[in-house]
Amino acid sequence: MSGLSFQWTASENALALPVAVLLPLLGGCAVLLLRRNANVRDAASLVSGVATAAVVLALWPVVDDGVSFELWTWLPGLSLGFSLEPLGLLFATIAAVLWPVTTLYAIGYMRGTRAAHQTRFYFYFALAIGAALWIALSGNLITLFIGYEVLTLATWPLVTHQGGVAGRLGGRTYLVVLLATSIGLLLPAIVWTWILTGSTEFRAGGLLAGEAGPTVMTVLFALYLFGIGKAALMPFHRWLPAAMVAPTPVSALLHAVAVVKAGVFAILKVSLYVFGLDTLSADDIATPMMWVAAVTLLAAAVVAIRSDDLKRRLAYSTVSQLAYIVLAATLASPIAAEGGALHMVAHAAGKITLFFCAGAIYVASGKTRVSELDGMGRHMPWTFGAFMVATLSIVGLPPVVGMWSKLLLLQGTLDADQLLMTAVLLVGSVLALAYLMPIPVRAFFCPARAQAASGEAPRTMVLPLTMTALACVALFIGAEAVIEPFARTLELP
Amino acid sequence: MTAQLPALQVIIPLLCAPFCVLLRSRTIAWLLFLAAAAGSLACAVVLAEQVSDGEVLSYSMGGWRAPYGIEYVISGFNTPVLLLVSTIAVIVAVYSRRSLAAEVDSKRIPLLYACFCLNLAGLLGIVATGDAFNAFVFLEIASLSSYALIAMGRRRRALLAAFQYLVVGSIGAIFILIGIGLAYGVTGTLNMADLAQRLPEIYGNRALSASVIFVFVGLAIKMAVFPLHSWLPDAYAEAPSAVSTFLAATSTKVAIYIFLRFAFTVFGATLVFGTLTLDRIGLLLACLAMVIGSGAACFQSDLKYLLAWSSVAQIGYIVAGFSLVTASGLEAAYLHVINHAVIKAALFGAAGLLLLRLGSVRLTDLAGFGRTMPWTFAAIVLAGLGLVGIPLTAGFVSKWALAMALIEDGQGLVLAVMLVSSLLALVYVGRVVEIGWFREPSPVIAASAVTATSATSRSSTAERLPRSMTVATWTLVLLSLYFGIDATLPATLAESAATALLGSGG
Repeated sequence: MSGLSFQWTASENALALPVAVLLPLLGGCAVLLLRRNANVRDAASLVSGVATAAVVLALWPVVDDGVSFELWTWLPGLSLGFSLEPLGLLFATIAAVLWPVTTLYAIGYMRGTRAAHQTRFYFYFALAIGAALWIALSGNLITLFIGYEVLTLATWPLVTHQGGVAGRLGGRTYLVVLLATSIGLLLPAIVWTWILTGSTEFRAGGLLAGEAGPTVMTVLFALYLFGIGKAALMPFHRWLPAAMVAPTPVSALLHAVAVVKAGVFAILKVSLYVFGLDTLSADDIATPMMWVAAVTLLAAAVVAIRSDDLKRRLAYSTVSQLAYIVLAATLASPIAAEGGALHMVAHAAGKITLFFCAGAIYVASGKTRVSELDGMGRHMPWTFGAFMVATLSIVGLPPVVGMWSKLLLLQGTLDADQLLMTAVLLVGSVLALAYLMPIPVRAFFCPARAQAASGEAPRTMVLPLTMTALACVALFIGAEAVIEPFARTLELP
Repeated sequence: MTAQLPALQVIIPLLCAPFCVLLRSRTIAWLLFLAAAAGSLACAVVLAEQVSDGEVLSYSMGGWRAPYGIEYVISGFNTPVLLLVSTIAVIVAVYSRRSLAAEVDSKRIPLLYACFCLNLAGLLGIVATGDAFNAFVFLEIASLSSYALIAMGRRRRALLAAFQYLVVGSIGAIFILIGIGLAYGVTGTLNMADLAQRLPEIYGNRALSASVIFVFVGLAIKMAVFPLHSWLPDAYAEAPSAVSTFLAATSTKVAIYIFLRFAFTVFGATLVFGTLTLDRIGLLLACLAMVIGSGAACFQSDLKYLLAWSSVAQIGYIVAGFSLVTASGLEAAYLHVINHAVIKAALFGAAGLLLLRLGSVRLTDLAGFGRTMPWTFAAIVLAGLGLVGIPLTAGFVSKWALAMALIEDGQGLVLAVMLVSSLLALVYVGRVVEIGWFREPSPVIAASAVTATSATSRSSTAERLPRSMTVATWTLVLLSLYFGIDATLPATLAESAATALLGSGG
């Protein structure tokens, strides 16, 4: 009897993968159908968000079962499919859990700013989440590539949502950089991999292991890392600040979480399951890209210090923090990979809080510049309190989750014998302290320059940012549980 | 009955042509063309079914046995093209009725349909025949009828475009004729299979080399391979929308097919690509076409010209594919023949909808059309993504296949050129999308929206376009998406075509 019921749940679990991807799409369709009544439409968005999150969370108990689901054969010999593994589920959880939270926030923001075309906005938002989940659960490179491109296209109407010249130019940079890198570099890399190995499956230990010489591997690795432009490695990072013309909820969920995390997730996935850490550490295959990541990490932090526009500063901070995760992949050490995965979670929670705060400040006071925020902490204690917590997390201080990920990353550099990288990470954190910490500190302790906002932003905005800030703290305690399934696959001692 | 199918599929449209002229009724002419197209499609489907197991069908015209009589050959290498041409013909037939009624003088419409029937018969004849001279005859039937079709365009410039095409096309035809004549001179036969048997004995013969060059230069004109493409942009852009849609999808594709037929199954790959190194020339020209075609498309100010220039570039992809002279290269070429035909037909179809509604397809007049014509806009975006080669569109499948063939053959440089060309495609498609999406509606759009509202008293987003045209366009768009999502059908067809071509070449 128990054997029978096991059979039943196994197929049920496999079905949960396409369901998780389909739910946001259904939500998007519901949004379109219910466009006449704004309240019902927004409720539909929220409900599908919660349902998606529930489905994804329900997958955690079976994460080790190796569940997979084949979609269809795309070309003879090439089929699309999903498969479940801890790293993918981690990313799926980030996207799925933060979606309803962001929807709540977006409802406040869009209504607070009286934005036009709100139905279109929620529709493409849902589409983008569906694409992110598709990427997270994809079972091979070609499936991942499809989701990757759909994500780019689905977010373009969101980036350009405000229209006008700024929207058009920002959208142009966004689309050209992301599509140029993916078509120009990532696609050839995937085709090349397919020709070398006859497969695009993700395989533990690396699909390419032992299939090509070190030179080819080095070139391929560079093609992958630059080709995954969503990870914003310099010189292909320009789309990220350009995307800041989008409404803040978009910046928050997509450009701090779903889109950029899709990038670093793809890089981690490629490093672990296409190359394999052992292959990467042999023959210095990853060393050139390690330096690119290190330079990006520091240069972006310096740019962030120099930007007065709050969203731009956060964007460059994102570029810098993403480089931490890419660096983790290039270190090719299991501990660093674990740190990279945890930093994916930590940065998601921290950065979405920061963007939520930026949007709340904008809605409450109309301010977008760092230099205008002096003394506003007294008017908006919740917002700036959350900002403070998130800052600690990004910098890597206790008692927030960022501390653990940075610690693991440092350990990883030592494990990989890259002392110079240890220094780079430390300098990067000091720079993060320099570009983020002054904002809440000055808001709380400096005298107000002019009459600032009279109070907090709408409650639908303050509630989500408090939730994500609390999540940063909660993850400090629960980090072990979150990362444990993934760490197990790395066979850490 | 089924034994006669290879001939029937050509004869049906050929016979419909005089009736279109005699009966002089627009509706009957349209019905005849629709029937001819549907009949050809039915024949093509049955034929494809019959040869799907690798069999080769041979049909002797009038009972005269090959190599003396005219032979029709149906095999894996031409069924994909037969299916493609007849399918597009059916869709265009549905599309053409309202489109032509709006663009062409009503007295000329029966004549136009006669030309359409002749054109269809010519194209199918080229594909089905196994006789070199017969291929030339059908090539001329197709070309002459297309000159007339293009000349029916709405502007006076169409006459110039048709005349230009006539001059260039006739030069091409003469080249082909001289080439075939020379081959006949040195072998004494015109049957393709017979030629293929006798030619290897005289490899090295100067006249034979000259024959090869003449045939291929002539065909390169018909294919619009860069730098012999000059006729194409004007011809496609000035022709009536239904004609543009049909020709863009079929005429150059059929020329490409007959090129491959001559190269692989008549003269032989060793002579054409080995001795005369047409493969290297082909790759070079393909690269130039990809960059220059896409580059020129970026600077066009008229949507139909933009699409026509994009065709020049897309032909470059196909030439690059078969110039590799490998199975995977040929497969990629065939795949792109099918996929590009569907995508480009969809785009020209959508352009026809815009023309019908707005009276112009100049990009400045299209500003903001995404708001008033959302469905047409969506069709252009979806098909345009295919040109760029975004996953889940047909264009991606061809690009994947071509990239694979290029990497396999170690042609990194050509691959880079192809990717640059795709990015240029992103630029020109992106330009149209930006104009439609962001710009404030142009006076033309605003006026059309007002008339739409007052005429139907519905919301201004109601498009009020003929349903037949919208359905035909969306059929093509959905087909291009289907071939992107599940590429099994075109990929199988392309694979069997490549095997058949390489197999019979020896």
